[in-house]
Amino acid sequence: MIQTEDLTKRFTKSKKEAPITAVDGLTLNVAEGEVFGFLGPNGAGKTTTVRMLTSLIAPSAGRAFVDKLQVGKDDQKIRERVGILTETPGMYERLSAERNLNIFARLYGVKDVPGQVEKYLRMLSLWDRRFDEVGSFSKGMRQKLAIARALLHEPRIVFLDEPTSGLDPEAAKLVRDFIDELKTEGRTIFICTHNLDEADRLCDRIGIFKTRLITVDSPENLREKLFGRKVVFHLQAMLPGLAERVRGLPAVKDAQVVDNRLLVSLEDPEAQNPGIVRALVEAGAGVQFVGELRHSLEDIYLEMIRQEETH
Amino acid sequence: MSERIRTIIGKEWAEVFKNKMVLFTVLFMPLLFTALPLIMLGTMSGAVGADAGDMTDMPAQFARACVGLSSGECMQIYLLNEFMLLFMMMPLIIPITIAAYSVVGEKATRSLEPLLATPITTEELLAGKGLAAVIPGVLATLLCFGLFVALLPLVGVGERIFAYITGPTWLLAVLVAGPLMAVAAVNFALIVSSRVNDPRVAEQLSTIIIVPLLAVLFGSLAGIIVLNVTNMLIGILIMVVADVALVYLGARLFQREVILTRWK
Ligand SMILES: Nc1ncnc2c1ncn2[C@@H]1O[C@H](COP(=O)(O)OP(=O)(O)OP(=O)(O)O)[C@@H](O)[C@H]1O
Ligand SMILES: [Mg+2]
Repeated sequence: MIQTEDLTKRFTKSKKEAPITAVDGLTLNVAEGEVFGFLGPNGAGKTTTVRMLTSLIAPSAGRAFVDKLQVGKDDQKIRERVGILTETPGMYERLSAERNLNIFARLYGVKDVPGQVEKYLRMLSLWDRRFDEVGSFSKGMRQKLAIARALLHEPRIVFLDEPTSGLDPEAAKLVRDFIDELKTEGRTIFICTHNLDEADRLCDRIGIFKTRLITVDSPENLREKLFGRKVVFHLQAMLPGLAERVRGLPAVKDAQVVDNRLLVSLEDPEAQNPGIVRALVEAGAGVQFVGELRHSLEDIYLEMIRQEETH
Repeated sequence: MSERIRTIIGKEWAEVFKNKMVLFTVLFMPLLFTALPLIMLGTMSGAVGADAGDMTDMPAQFARACVGLSSGECMQIYLLNEFMLLFMMMPLIIPITIAAYSVVGEKATRSLEPLLATPITTEELLAGKGLAAVIPGVLATLLCFGLFVALLPLVGVGERIFAYITGPTWLLAVLVAGPLMAVAAVNFALIVSSRVNDPRVAEQLSTIIIVPLLAVLFGSLAGIIVLNVTNMLIGILIMVVADVALVYLGARLFQREVILTRWK
């Protein structure tokens, strides 16, 4: 659905200064129906990438295709087919929420304008406030209205630039559930975010990006690639020499002791855990709990960015 | 007209006229410009009957132009012609203000990006914004001119003066030259608006377009330019060329990416 080949964007400030490279040689492939998370620190070039993919700005080099349409060649058609939540909502403040959506529905050539406007106002729980001027809206309400605006024409591809930034936990959950709903409708969703927990929960794949693409994979694979898989065994008491014994087992790559816990690195915990538990019991250890040690996406992200910076 | 152009016009009006002050100025200024010549004619018409007008105050070129009229009538026409220029300027002031704000204003409130992300073409966007600015000014002017003509008999102007005001020179000026000038001014203001980053600067720069018109006004006061049918037609021709050039230039100069990303 979205393909980029060596996509690059440079901003030229003035003739004298060297241009800033905001996006450098991005090659990416997002499949139809996929939820893709685009993660990167401030100034990484996420918004710039989205602007290129929605035909708002032209690439300096490389190519990009959205729904098989080339950016820079079929801009009009691309704009018809994608929905975008821009980084700043940018509403007509003096007009009502309903009027704002009405304007955009007509610009997108929506057939049933009142119907679509009502549908999304209700879905994002703004129906009761539809006649209020947007100027009187809170930040979160504006953000929800902007999300509604991005979907009025039922685009198959949706770009969301930080959809939950500035939202309270309840509103953020509403938006996340809403994105999940879009996913079940088979839409392709490209999300820029700083909220790692959210990316972890929503996205099929994640690209970690800082001017250049550092890595792309599913959250699960990223964890494994970076930290391997670890299992924690909580014991009643740590017995002397137990760690050495466990390290000697063929399946075990490494084992460390932390208080009463034994951290064991394994290739395939599902298959290997029973054998380890048996060995521990045979050695006289009382096993209280067994669990997988999960690294949060935050750990992965910070590690990736750190590695990139030390290169 | 495309649905998208109509949508933009409707949106601009909804935003502009939400501000009641704008509505007031759109109507008040033209009404004031209409009342002034009427009052003037009313106070003068007493003197006209006595044929007491003093032709020596008038530029010679103009005096030559009003053969067959009494000197008093000639004086009235001379003064009225200066008001004709007011009627031509009437459809400019408000539209320039609206147009000057319309692009840079959206940039300032950040609504330009979602707008440019829709499938609207640059031509549609400019047409919508341009028409939204021109139409109220021209409409208000036409209304006021209608009012002006209707009230003329009440202030005691003679038949010949009435015939002159409803004759070709005035009709060409008010119905053709004025609107054409409004189109030029609005396109100029849109170009300015899409190239600056501050709404205030846009407004101030845009009013420069009135300067050539002021030149004509002073030229005619000084008697260098005589406002007759021939000169009016020449003016209209120049205006048509200027309109075409400004519309073309406006579309060429409106580069979406530059407008969206340049911050100085
Ligand atoms: N219009 C512009 N002119 C010059 N430089 C720009 C422009 N827009 C973006 N940049 C630069 O490009 C880089 C990437 O910016 P971008 O807004 O894409 O980052 P981002 O990943 O969206 O950041 P954030 O998480 O803060 O939103 C930054 O260094 C920024 O200064
Ligand atoms: Mg951004």
